[in-house]
This record gives sequence, C-alpha cells and structure tokens, in this order.
Amino acid sequence: MTTNQQPLPLNAPIATPVLEMRGITKRFSGVPALQNVNLTIYPGEVHALMGENGAGKSTLMKILAGAYIADEGEIWINGQPLTITDPGTARRAGINLIYQELNVAPNLTVAENMFMGSELRQGQLLNREGMRREAARVLQSLGASFAPDDVVSSLSIAEQQQVEIARALKDNSRILVMDEPTAALSDRETERLFEVIHKLRSDGIAIIYISHRMEEVYALANRVSVLRDGQYIGSLDRHEISPERLVQMMVGRPMQDFYEHQRQTTPGEIVLDVRNISDGRKVQPTNLVLRAGEIVGLAGLVGAGRTELSRLIFGADPKASGEVFLNGQKLNIRSPGDAIAAGIGYVPEDRKDQGLFLEMSSGKNIILNMLKQDAKAGVINWGSVGKIAKNAVQDFNIRLANLEIRAMDLSGGNQQKLLLARWLAIKPRVLLLDEPTRGVDIGAKSEIYRIISDLAKQGVAVLMVSSELPEVVGLSDRVLVMREGQLVGELGGSTRQSITQENIMAYATGASEVTAS
Amino acid sequence: MSQTELRPLKDGSRGAPGRRKTANNWIQVLGILPILILICILFSVLTPNFPTAGNVVNILRQASINIVLATGMTFVILTGGIDLSVGSILGVSAVVGVLTSLVPGLGWAAVLAALLTGLLLGLLNGVLIAFVDLPPFIVTLGALTALRGVAYLVANGTTVLNRDLNFAWIGNSYLGPFPWLVVIALLTVLASWFILRRTVLGVQIYAVGGNQRAARLTGIKVNRVLLFVYGVSGLLAGLAGVMSSSRLYSATGQLGNGYELDAIAAVILGGTSFTGGIGTIPGTLLGALIIAVLNNGLTLLNMSYFWQLVVKGLVIIIAVTIDRLRRRSSR
Repeated sequence: MTTNQQPLPLNAPIATPVLEMRGITKRFSGVPALQNVNLTIYPGEVHALMGENGAGKSTLMKILAGAYIADEGEIWINGQPLTITDPGTARRAGINLIYQELNVAPNLTVAENMFMGSELRQGQLLNREGMRREAARVLQSLGASFAPDDVVSSLSIAEQQQVEIARALKDNSRILVMDEPTAALSDRETERLFEVIHKLRSDGIAIIYISHRMEEVYALANRVSVLRDGQYIGSLDRHEISPERLVQMMVGRPMQDFYEHQRQTTPGEIVLDVRNISDGRKVQPTNLVLRAGEIVGLAGLVGAGRTELSRLIFGADPKASGEVFLNGQKLNIRSPGDAIAAGIGYVPEDRKDQGLFLEMSSGKNIILNMLKQDAKAGVINWGSVGKIAKNAVQDFNIRLANLEIRAMDLSGGNQQKLLLARWLAIKPRVLLLDEPTRGVDIGAKSEIYRIISDLAKQGVAVLMVSSELPEVVGLSDRVLVMREGQLVGELGGSTRQSITQENIMAYATGASEVTAS
Repeated sequence: MSQTELRPLKDGSRGAPGRRKTANNWIQVLGILPILILICILFSVLTPNFPTAGNVVNILRQASINIVLATGMTFVILTGGIDLSVGSILGVSAVVGVLTSLVPGLGWAAVLAALLTGLLLGLLNGVLIAFVDLPPFIVTLGALTALRGVAYLVANGTTVLNRDLNFAWIGNSYLGPFPWLVVIALLTVLASWFILRRTVLGVQIYAVGGNQRAARLTGIKVNRVLLFVYGVSGLLAGLAGVMSSSRLYSATGQLGNGYELDAIAAVILGGTSFTGGIGTIPGTLLGALIIAVLNNGLTLLNMSYFWQLVVKGLVIIIAVTIDRLRRRSSR
C-alpha cells in the first residue's frame, strides 16, 4: 500500500467543538458495546470514524442520532450539554444521518422526499410551490443536476444519495454522519460525492465519515478516530495518518502479515481455458486461461465488464459466442448448474442480494451446494451434512454461536466467509470471486486472504475480480486488466511487467505506458 | 496513544447473538399452538358437547379437505407465490372424477382422472409462472375464474350424481377409529413434511423463496422448482376434489367455491411468510385445525352463520397479531 499524503493545511482545533461525546458507555443486556468512548468534532472538518465491523461505530452514531440512549456519558453541542432522547431532538440540534441503505421513497418526487414529514403548509393545504422553490435552492447549492420535480426512482443511486444530503441541508444540518456512502457508487460518482463533501465542509458543516476504504480516508479526512471492541483507541491528525498506523490501531497488530500469499514460482497446468467468449453487449470476445494453483486478479474500472465476464464464464448470463474448456475438455455451460457440476464456483459481488439466503440458518447456507451429492435419492442426511457445515465453520473461523443462527444475523465478514465455505464444500477446481472483501472489516479481510491463498496452494485456479488495488497487487500471481469490455493488459506471470497499482491503472484507464520489472 | 498495546482478535466476541435465535425457530414451529389450545379450552368450558371423542373426529374430518389444500398452498407460498385457483381446480377435478366413474368400464380410473386433472391444471399454472414469467397472483386469479367456468361447463350446469360411486369409501368409511378423509389428510401432511424437511428439493423450495437470484447462482433450477410447487398444489387440489365428491356421491360446478381463502388463511396462521422462504407444514396443520375448531365450536354454540364469519375473520387477524408481537419481543 502506498501513502499519498498531500501536504494540506493542518486543521488545528482552535474553534469550539461542534460536537463532543464524552465517556459514552452503552450496554446491551449487560454486554458492553461501548465503553467510555470520546469523540470530538470541529465545525468544517471531515472526521473519519474507523474500526472493524462490530467495533461500535454504528452504536455510537445511533446514540448521536437518538436511536439509542447511552447508559453513561454526555453529549455537548457547540459547548452546550444536550440530552438526546429521540431522533427528533437530534434532528433539531442539527444532526443528520445518511445510512448506507438509502431512505428515499422511490415513487415520489425529489421535493416530496426532501420535505417528507416536514411538509410546508398554507393553512391546511400543502404549499407545493414553496417546497419546490426551497428544494430547488438547496439542490442548486449542492450543484445537483436534477430537478425538484424528478421522480426519485429515475435518479441514479448517487443522485438519490444527494436527495438525502439535500434533505439534511434543508434542515440546516450542522453535523452530517455518512455511513459508507460510497459503497454503491461508481468511481465517477464517488468523485462527485467528494466534491459535494468538500463544498459542505467549506460551508462549515462537520462531517463524520464512516468507511472501510483507506483511500477515501486519505482523500477526505482532516482527522481520524478509531474504535476497537467498543473502546476509543485514539485519534490522528491528517499529517499523522498512515495505513500502517491505522491498521495497527484498528486491528491491534501490525500489517506486515496482511497478505500471506507466496507468489507462484512455477506455473501449473492450464485448468480453465476460455476462448472468444462474449455476450454481444458489454463483453467483447475475450480469451483467458487460468492455471492450477494461481490467483489471477481481474482489475479494471467499475463498468469495464469484469463482473459480466465472470458471470458469462459461470453461465449466469447467456453467451453470444465462445467456448469454455476445463482440463482440455469442452464444457457446455448453459446455466450455473452446468458450471457447478463441472467444478466451477462463483461468489457474487453482492452477497446479500445474490449470494446468501438471509432467513436460512448459517448451516443450511453452507451446505446448500453439496446437498445433491451428499443426498441419497434426494433424501438429505442432516447428520452428515451437519458435520460438513461444522467443519467448515471451524476451518474458516466463522464466528457464530451455533449453526442455527440465521445468515442475516452475522457480520459482513462472517457472511462472506459463509459464502466461501459454501463453495469450498463442493471442492471446486475453479473459483470465480467477485469483490470478495467488499464491505468486510479488516480482520475478516486478512482471514479471507488466507483462505484464498490456501485454496490456491491446494491447486484451485482462482479468478478474483476486485476494485481494491492493494488487494489485487498483494494477492495475485498474475493480473488481467479490463477496459470497456476487453482484456487490455496482463501483468506478472510470464509477462515482464510487474504487478503494481500504477501499471494496473495505466492499463485500466488507457493512460500512460507500463513499466517493466 | 494506546496503539502500542497489541491484542489478538477475540474469538466469538461479536456477531454471535447467542441462543435466542434457535429459540426463535421453536416459536416459529409451535407459534400458533397455544392459541389453538386456548380456543379449545374456551369451547370446552362453553359447551360440554365440544370435548368429546366423537366431536374431535368430527373436527378432524371437517378439517381434512382444508388441510390438504393448505398443504399444497404452503409449497407455493414458501416460494413467494400464491395459488388462488385451488378451489376451482377442486371443482373441475371433482366433476371429472364423478363423470369418469359413470363411464362404463372406466369407473376404476375415476380417482386417477381427478388427480391427473388437478396435476395438469396445476402444471399449467406452473408453466405460465415459471417459463412465461407471469406473476403468480395474475395467473392463478385468471385460473380461478376460468376454471370455475370450466367446472360448470363440464358438469353441464347440473349436479353430477353417482349413487354407486366406487370411491365413496374415501369419504364415508373408517380406518380403525379414523375416517379415511382424516387418514389421507395426515398422510399428505407427513409426505409434504418429509419433502420439505428431508429432501434436497425441499431445501431448494425454501431457497427459491428466500432469494431467487441467489438460488439461481447456486445452480438451483428455479423454473423446475416453481413448476413443482404449482404442480403439487394442483395435484392436492385434485385430491381434495376426490375427497369432497366421495363424501357427497356427487359433484357440481359450484364445488370448492372460496376454498382457496381458508387454505391461504391456514397457511398464514401457521406462520408462513407471504414473502417466501419461511414457514413449516406443522404450522399449516395447526392453522387449518384452528379454522376447523372455530367452525365446529361456533356451530355447537348455535351462533348464526353471519356471526361465525365475523368471529373467524377476527380470530385470524388477532392470532397472527399475537404471533407477530411475540416473535418481535423474543428478538
């Protein structure tokens, strides 16, 4: 990982803090979720709040927003103590939260969404004109490219997020909490959001920014505070921020052993040979091979066609052309079932939407793919598959009290491990991973890296789509780069080009030349 | 700065909400049982005719047809669908069954013909839903109306009667102390429970209802699963048609009118989620029993039919409300 710190003016804490949380403690049925946590936020700063999933970030923010009430501790706003007992108090004090899952009514207009619950009136009637005018004013100050009368469902995710920001601004928000705001955004939309954030900051609004993505924290934050296991670990000023320090604060151990993967020295046999595959739309005819025991990173900008390519190989979308060979034998893959039968696994990008059965028990989620093989005449032997699930839980260090816990009750990292366990239960020869560590905390990340690395050691050919360059660089034996539906570059392996973030970006953007190793 | 302190990750320290979730499963299965017991106690106190062996058998017999329909409905609702056409399929199948029994030399095939009719009509629903990709509500609403017409047409607008109905034993004889109707209903429940609980197909049904996209990506043939559940629902509606007509020695185009509503009510009372993926057969059985007990008890109390409808509707809403509240508080 590289540090790209620009020399920025120090945001020296001279003003009165707009928010001080002192000694916040919160217990859930006796178990402490937060212990004596402090947080100080100044006006006009972007304050990153970091920590693993479960570190207590959202609990702290929910206390701030009035969704929970702290057992101990004080909250001071602009130097005045304030007791926040309900969301209404928080909002009146100028505190607004924007959740990862957006809270907009898709069938209503932008203006209607912005004024939902606080509609302007003229006597007993709605003052539509006034709301439209006010909405237009706020949207303009945000630099939004849509109108108050647009229906929200016609907007992109990024624009819907702006609707929420606009709603907060309309309420004269002084403290804006954003929880993983870029999780669903493309790179370009992220840049746009950053512009908005810069603008808000220069207007004196304090922004508490929750994110797992280091790059964003470097790009935005004036200061960072770190929580771990419900405790306040410390804060860093902008000039003190470095990835090593942050990781150590979050995880409590240094980062050296983060990527354990030993690069492959001798290439294995070709396992998967994909020729001329395309979908006629987003993937141009493409060739690629995967060898036994290698991890191939598939990099590229969002929208370059990486997900589409992996879905094509897996048979999840219809092919317009192309052939797939496994160990030299031609496969006729027309559905995911065919790919699975051949020993190809696929972990999709969005685990909640496409991967997990949230209402089902964790155990069932694990054994789902190998049920057919284990069953006799379609009848399941719950004893034997239960054992498999139990072993998987141990092997992958999935943290759960028992196998009956529903998948929805697990943390993101454990959910992702659950998905990996499901595929590994069928002992695949090829594994396609799409963003395997998205939205996963840093501890679970390193465990997932270890799992992927172990798999490769056992001879599985792994194709890993990832937008996180450090992970592509740290884990891949070879990197393929896609741009606009085509493979445009290869790094590492037999090529003489070294795997670096710069080289990947050069290919991905079609910008400058690539440096040899 | 306390970052010099190095601590290993604590195992199991988060994301493990403990034993409560398993307890939830128990509540899911038995959720509505206390309410059934409560209603039974209430009726026992109010009328001495209620808690007799004869009446219990009576209740079970009255419940049997709805149990069969509701069992099929459970399969469908578990996938997130709905089958509004079961009452009409019951009607068509019953008429076809009795008509076949009247054909000289073909009488033996009467039950088979009725079951086959139900199965085919169910599969027709399934094809439209799984392969033409139409919404289940629309398809089965259309089938509800169209097949009711077909039932009248096949019956030629009259009552089809067979005094020597060769399968009349189904509706009128006993196996030991139990009417065959009850035995058939319980066998249906057992077989369905086995399929959902112990077979790969069963798990796939829950998977399709829980997350259709994910189901496809785990290699489940979603279309086939959908075809299966609507086929089962149709087949069991056909079976219910056999049961109804055997009891009456006859069938009319009117038979089974509105039965789909009691079947859906039983499934929902039993804790099955309308969005799919959650629910059990034992729950549905309890749901169907509650409805039958109410019908029986209120009649014994001499309550007018109009009031019975009001009470039944309210009990369904109240029972589901109590179940919801309890589940929420146990979370």
